[in-house]
Amino acid sequence: MTSAVTGSTDLTRLTAAETASAVAAGEVSAAEVATAHLDRIAAVDDRVHAFLHIDAEGALAAAAAVDAARSAGEQLSPLAGVPLALKDVLTQKGIPTTCGSRILEGWRPPYDATVTARLKDAGVVILGKTNMDEFAMGSSTEHSAFGATHNPWDLDRIPGGSGGGSAAAIAAFEAPLAIGTDTGGSIRQPAAVTGTVGVKPTYGAVSRYGLVALASSLDQAGPCARTVLDAALLHSVIAGHDPLDSTSLDQPVPDVVGAARRADVKGLRIGVVKELGGEGYQAGVRQRFDEAVALLTDLGAEVVEVSAPHFPYALAAYYLILPSECSSNLAKFDGIRFGLRVGEGDGDPSVEQVMARTRAAGFGAEATRRIMLGTYALSAGYYDAYYGSAQKVRTLIQRDFAAAFEQADVLISPTAPTTAFKLGEKLDDPLAMYLNDVATIPANLAGIPGMSLPIGLAPEDGLPVGLQIMAPAMADDRLYNAGAALEGALLDRWGRPILEEAPAL
Amino acid sequence: MPDTPSISREDVAHLARLARIDLPPESLDHYAEQLGVILGAVAQVAEVAAEDVPATSHPMPLVNVFREDVVRPTLTNEEALSGAPSVEDERFRVPRILDEE
Repeated sequence: MTSAVTGSTDLTRLTAAETASAVAAGEVSAAEVATAHLDRIAAVDDRVHAFLHIDAEGALAAAAAVDAARSAGEQLSPLAGVPLALKDVLTQKGIPTTCGSRILEGWRPPYDATVTARLKDAGVVILGKTNMDEFAMGSSTEHSAFGATHNPWDLDRIPGGSGGGSAAAIAAFEAPLAIGTDTGGSIRQPAAVTGTVGVKPTYGAVSRYGLVALASSLDQAGPCARTVLDAALLHSVIAGHDPLDSTSLDQPVPDVVGAARRADVKGLRIGVVKELGGEGYQAGVRQRFDEAVALLTDLGAEVVEVSAPHFPYALAAYYLILPSECSSNLAKFDGIRFGLRVGEGDGDPSVEQVMARTRAAGFGAEATRRIMLGTYALSAGYYDAYYGSAQKVRTLIQRDFAAAFEQADVLISPTAPTTAFKLGEKLDDPLAMYLNDVATIPANLAGIPGMSLPIGLAPEDGLPVGLQIMAPAMADDRLYNAGAALEGALLDRWGRPILEEAPAL
Repeated sequence: MPDTPSISREDVAHLARLARIDLPPESLDHYAEQLGVILGAVAQVAEVAAEDVPATSHPMPLVNVFREDVVRPTLTNEEALSGAPSVEDERFRVPRILDEE
């Protein structure tokens, strides 16, 4: 993998693995790598708008520390000197963290999220914070209070969401790595529509400490990258038990890097989920998916069809559970302890009036909708019919997965029903927007890991299509093994990485 | 199974009050329509939520997650107050908490 890095190499085009080995070998300095990416951001981000905040000073200082450690002969960690874009829902001490919301505008957290701390410890160079739908509610980043992110493949289209900024940063070569968070597909769906790789780890595998909560039983941070191996390298840096998160799993992290290098699906039983495909899926998505299934068969996998009869109810259950948890979690934004406070000067208002005025001014339309939905679903008289029933569906989804994993080692489906749609197309039609997550939500409800990787361009619009792989809890390594095998076979077929097909910015 | 709910503008105003969001009156009808559509779609969960199916609140249930009862570093007073919109005497300053009467 190691390339001889010369003065003429565009450092932004290297993979994270290549960058790390070039830095470790002294072929290039971490400072040069950081500068190349900051220059790229300066050149293209006015059009892409992947970032909400650039921390050039911090990035260059982190890079200088890596270079100094190398000069001193210290052993560098496997991603030392590699730049990364951090989703703005994770705290970074002293750096603005908005979650895409006016209500947190200007807040500088006094502490690092565990993910952030692990990245810093590993010598990863954090370039800045990426744009997202407000508090991670959305599938397009259009619900960011600070303006949408644009898909590098077509600037008039959505980059997915909620982690559209992280995915777009990678696709636009502004960073080789990013952190996303996935509550119902917010890592995987943006990966699918930008031609990148994104992984939602097993729930509890990556600490949620310092991840501003949307839905605590669903949220999970994970890696975004341009290759499966890069995602694995990042996964292994951020995963692992954290006593600061009481839902963190105290279990060893699977060998995801070894699995990505193994890349062998011979004899692997792969289940195609009947309910996640067919009607409602764009023709070009279905075509590329069917071709990928054929390719996996050629590689020696045993492909079977599996049925998950309750998956059609997953979206409905999710849009009760998520708003319910969200309405509770977002109650902390009260204009008292952090962030915005408005309406205090008007007469002598009570704390409740200030709170209500602050929340009206601070929350956008989608956050407001979901808070009210959750408030409704948790109301006395409706609780059993809505929230209670949704929790039962969650059990049925888990049982469907358990049965499916008796027949298959991993499950696959298209990641999203369509390729990237036009900005504005679904902005005021919440239900149409929610349908983008129909294939990704079941994994969140069950807590199992999922990956999206690019499998080609849809013939009708020339835009990227993603394939989703799902595995049992704590078998995240299976995603990387199967994903890397498919990625390698596709690369052989295409002759060059899919992002080379994207128009120059 | 609940009937497909119809949400009125008064319902939205009530929910907004419960959620402490001071919605402008002109937005109530639009939210009522959207919430009605969404609730109509999600009500289908009741079709399969039979009596004998247990509820799941958490994907990976853990119990008794304790730590040693030892003092650890925490945020300083200054750090904890650093993001507050209003601070007085090393405390969060809040608006009036009692009604006029």
